[in-house]
Parts: sequence; structure tokens; C-alpha cells
Amino acid sequence: MEWAGLYNYWIVIFLMMAGLYVVIASGNLIKKMVGLNIFQASVFLLYITMGKVQGGTAPIIEEGIRVYSNPLPHVLILTAIVVGVATTALGLAIIVRINEAFGSIEEDDLEKPEEAS
Amino acid sequence: MISPHLPALQIVLPLLSAPVCVLLRRSILTYAVTVAICWLTFAIAVLLLQQVLASGPISYRLGGWAPPWGIEYRVDTVNAYVLLIVSAIGAIVITAARPTVEREVGEDVQYLFYTCALLCLAGMLGVTITGDAFNLFVFLEISSLSSYVLVSLRRDRRALTAAFHYLIFGTIGATFYLIGVGLLYQATGTLNIADLAVRVAGVTDSQSVRAAFAFMVVGIAIKAAVFPVHIWLPNAYAYAPSIVSALLAATATKVAIYVLLRVFLTIFGPVFAFSTMPLGEMLVALAVVAMFVGSAVAIFQEDVKRMLAYSSVAQIGYMILGIGLATSLGLTGGILHLFNHAVIKGGLFLVMACVFYRIGSVQLVDFAGLGRRMPWTMAAFVVGGLSLIGVPLTTGFVSKWYLILGALDKGWWWLAVLILLSSLLAVIYVWRVVEVAYFRAPPEAATRLEAPVSLLVPTWVLIAANIYFGIDTRVSVGVAKRAAEALMGVGA
Repeated sequence: MEWAGLYNYWIVIFLMMAGLYVVIASGNLIKKMVGLNIFQASVFLLYITMGKVQGGTAPIIEEGIRVYSNPLPHVLILTAIVVGVATTALGLAIIVRINEAFGSIEEDDLEKPEEAS
Repeated sequence: MISPHLPALQIVLPLLSAPVCVLLRRSILTYAVTVAICWLTFAIAVLLLQQVLASGPISYRLGGWAPPWGIEYRVDTVNAYVLLIVSAIGAIVITAARPTVEREVGEDVQYLFYTCALLCLAGMLGVTITGDAFNLFVFLEISSLSSYVLVSLRRDRRALTAAFHYLIFGTIGATFYLIGVGLLYQATGTLNIADLAVRVAGVTDSQSVRAAFAFMVVGIAIKAAVFPVHIWLPNAYAYAPSIVSALLAATATKVAIYVLLRVFLTIFGPVFAFSTMPLGEMLVALAVVAMFVGSAVAIFQEDVKRMLAYSSVAQIGYMILGIGLATSLGLTGGILHLFNHAVIKGGLFLVMACVFYRIGSVQLVDFAGLGRRMPWTMAAFVVGGLSLIGVPLTTGFVSKWYLILGALDKGWWWLAVLILLSSLLAVIYVWRVVEVAYFRAPPEAATRLEAPVSLLVPTWVLIAANIYFGIDTRVSVGVAKRAAEALMGVGA
């Protein structure tokens, strides 16, 4: 039952595929952003999972505790979360402006042949 | 006094002056600050390259933390060269920005344009200089996020959709890279690139290291617009403000290709990348398809800027080809083309900026008679176009010469033929523009309308560089050769 112990990684893979699928398959720009967020969240989870050490506690120096979880991936992923938030904010801002300019956020409407505005 | 801190200043200067620009708000002031900072970073890059050539790689410890624990900035021949390219193009292109930005970007957001340009520059320089794989991701996103904003700033609603697609693709690419770094960290426990190089060698049999390799390659390939994942590029370049097209075409993809080089040759090493993994053959195949498809699609474009964008896809193919040859001769060609293409495309997109400034369009039909109406601008296009084709005495010739030498060196004469054939396709699309501009009568009542000097001078500086580096190849070839040898682990 080795695979069951790795359930975190299965969740990572499921989220990653689901997110990527939504980005590709969805025609709605907001849904695309949601998919992108799920995709990024799966990577956050991947990093957090790899920092866990079996039987380890929080990395605080205390007497009698010898095994610590690795704090570095957690710190790294804080940075990646910030990047993700910035990306989401920018993406949503562009969607708002697309909606103002085109009156739609459906990809099918945006790709209609049109004259230069 | 300052000189030991040059690697940090290279990044800190543009990064910190970006918020200063937001505070200044006045368009003309922010322009002045941005230009000054860009030239300063260029000066720093020149000093760094001199230092590296004179006394070997520089390692800079940020905050005094020793690598591999702290973040290290590491400057060797390869990235000193790339730093120089990026900062030089940035400085020249941004100097030309003022007139076209006034015309193409809304008045209330012009200061944000310069802010984002500085951030973009800081990000790209950071990607190039850093010796830490995760730090590289952060800088990659700084430059990417600001370039999405730059693309969307033009007063054309198609720029918005182009920027959005660029954002989706760019983020997927960066996240793939992040997954790769995570898997590598899992296997080796380090993020420092030099340290990774040592430790990866011991675990190359591991399945997850191979997966990491695949994730990183695909991720960066998206950022570099390598052939099958290039589709964000034509729209982003075609609908971005003219200056942004010049800046991104000449620098952003080059930096991504540099990262590819680092991942292939420094982290994983040539043996793993080209022998264990069949990367060389794959890259050559993709590169050849890119060369032909990119050029062929370019021939049928009615929008000249879009045509140049597709031609970029083809030119990126040449750089990838140089990497795929997996010999130091081929790599020299690839790295040379990285430099030469920056000079060629930077110049050509600035020509587009001139044309758009005067005519308000870059559609092919509107080029009619431009040879007489804007003689200096179109002359620049002709010279740049010749260089794009690879005519002797231009830079384009030098890099294609080395690529062909690299192909022949491996005994792949068919590849040399393919390089020549694809160059002929470039003749067709360049000629289409030249024909319309010189042999078709201008519309009636058209007068002579040369672009303003502030645009023409930077354009001609880049175009003149095309000729200069086509004749005097000592600097560009010399450095590219040393860089290629260092990467392949020959000599060093």
C-alpha cells in the first residue's frame, strides 16, 4: 500500500491536471483564471508536501526535539503565492478591461473577425 | 569601493527606481529617470563584462550569506554577455520611447509605462545574473508580469486579448519551471545552480530528476516561444505598443533562451541533456520546423509588425538549432545569433515604431511609396532586412555562417542546405515590404514625412551595429566562443 501513503502527491497530480484542463478547455476568461489558480495551488501543495518530514515537528529549536520539518519549501512557496496573487490580480484587471472594450469575456465572442477599432 | 557591489547594483538600480517613477508621475520626468537608469545599468554591464573577461567569474553573496544557503549572484562569461545585450538594447530602445509612447499610450498611464519598463528590465537582468534556481523564477515572473502590462497598454483593444493570452501562457510556463525546481530540490536538497550542477550528476538515474528536466525544459520553452509553444508571441508583438515590441523581441526571448542554456548545460550538463535524454535531435527537429513554418507564415502576413513577429519565431529556431547541435561550434552560432537577432529585431521593430508614428499603421498596403516619403527609415529597414536574411557584411551572416559550420562539422550537410533554404524564405518576406515601399506610388497628396530624429537616431544606432558587428567580429564572436566553450565544459 505504498501508493496510499503518498496520497498528498495524488491530490497534487489531480489538482494539476484539473487546473490545466480548465485553462485549456474553458472559453470563459474568468474560468480560465480559476483554472490557472487551481493549477498554481497544486504546485504550492507539492512544495508544502515535500517539506514534511515524517514525525517531524515545527522547526523551532526546543529541548528534546530532534526531528524538524524542512521550513525552506514553505518559505519558498510563500513567495510563489505572492507571485500567484499578483498574476491573478493582473489577469482579472485585464479581464475587466476586456469586458469594457469588447462587452464580453467569452473567447468565442472575442475571436470574431473584426475591423481595427 | 563600489566595484565589488556591481552585480547587486545591476538589479537594485532599476528595481528601486521603478517605485520612484510611480511617485514622480509626470511623464517627462519618469522618462528622464528611466533613460538615465537604463544607461547606468548598461555601464554596469560593460564593467562587469570587463571584470569577468579579465579575472574570471564573479560570485556575489547577497546579504553576506554564503552559497549554497544564501542567494548568490554569479557572473561568468555567458551571462555577462547576455547582461550586456539586454541592458544595451534596453537603453537604446527606451531612449527612443518618448515620441511613440506619447502617441500610443494613454496620457494618464504613461508614467506606469516607464515604471513597468524598468521592472521588466530589472526582472530580465535578474534572471540573467542570479545563481539561484528559485530566485530565477521570481525574477522571471517580475519581468513577465510587467511585460503583460506593457503589452496591454496600447490604445487598441486587441492588445488586451493578446496580453491576456500572453499571461495565461507565461504563467503556465513559469509554473512548469517551478514544478521542475521543486522536484530537483526534492532530489538534491539545494537550489544554488552551481551546487545543483554537482549534485544532479549523482542522481540522474532518478525518475523524478528526469521529470524535473522535462518540466523545466517545457516551461522555459514556452517563455522562449520555441516552435510548438510559440502561439502567444505573434499577437503579443503585433498589438503591443511599438516600443514594447522592440524591447520584448530583442530581449525577453533571449533571456529565456539563456535560461534554457543554463538548465541544459550547467544544471544537467551536456552529457545528461544530449546523451541520456535525446534532447539534441528533438531540438534540431523542432528548430527546423520553426525555421520553415515561421518564415512561411511570415510571408503571408498583411501586417508588417506581425510578419516580423513570425520571423522571430523562425529566428528563435536558429538559436535552438545552435543549442541542438550540441557542439561548441554550433553553440557559438546559437549564442551569436542570440546577440545578432537582438540587434536585428530591435532595429527592425524600431523602424516599425517610426512608420507607425508617421503613418499610424503598419499594414503592408500603407507602406506604398514609403521609400520616398521616409527615406532614412526605409533605408534602415533595408539594411536590417538584409541582416535578417544573412547577407555577407551584416551580423545575420556571421551567425548563420557559424551555424552552417556547426552543421557541417557534424557531417549534417542536409542541415546546412536547410539553413540556406530557410534564409531564402526570409528574402521573400523582406522583399515584399521593400517592393511596396520603393516601387509602388505613394498615395496622392502624400508629402515627405521623415520620422523625428529622437526615433531615427536609436534606430540607426542598432542598424549600424548590424553592419559594424558584421565586419568586425572580434568582440561578438570572441565572447560567444568563450561562452560556448565554458558551457560545454571545454577549456572554460
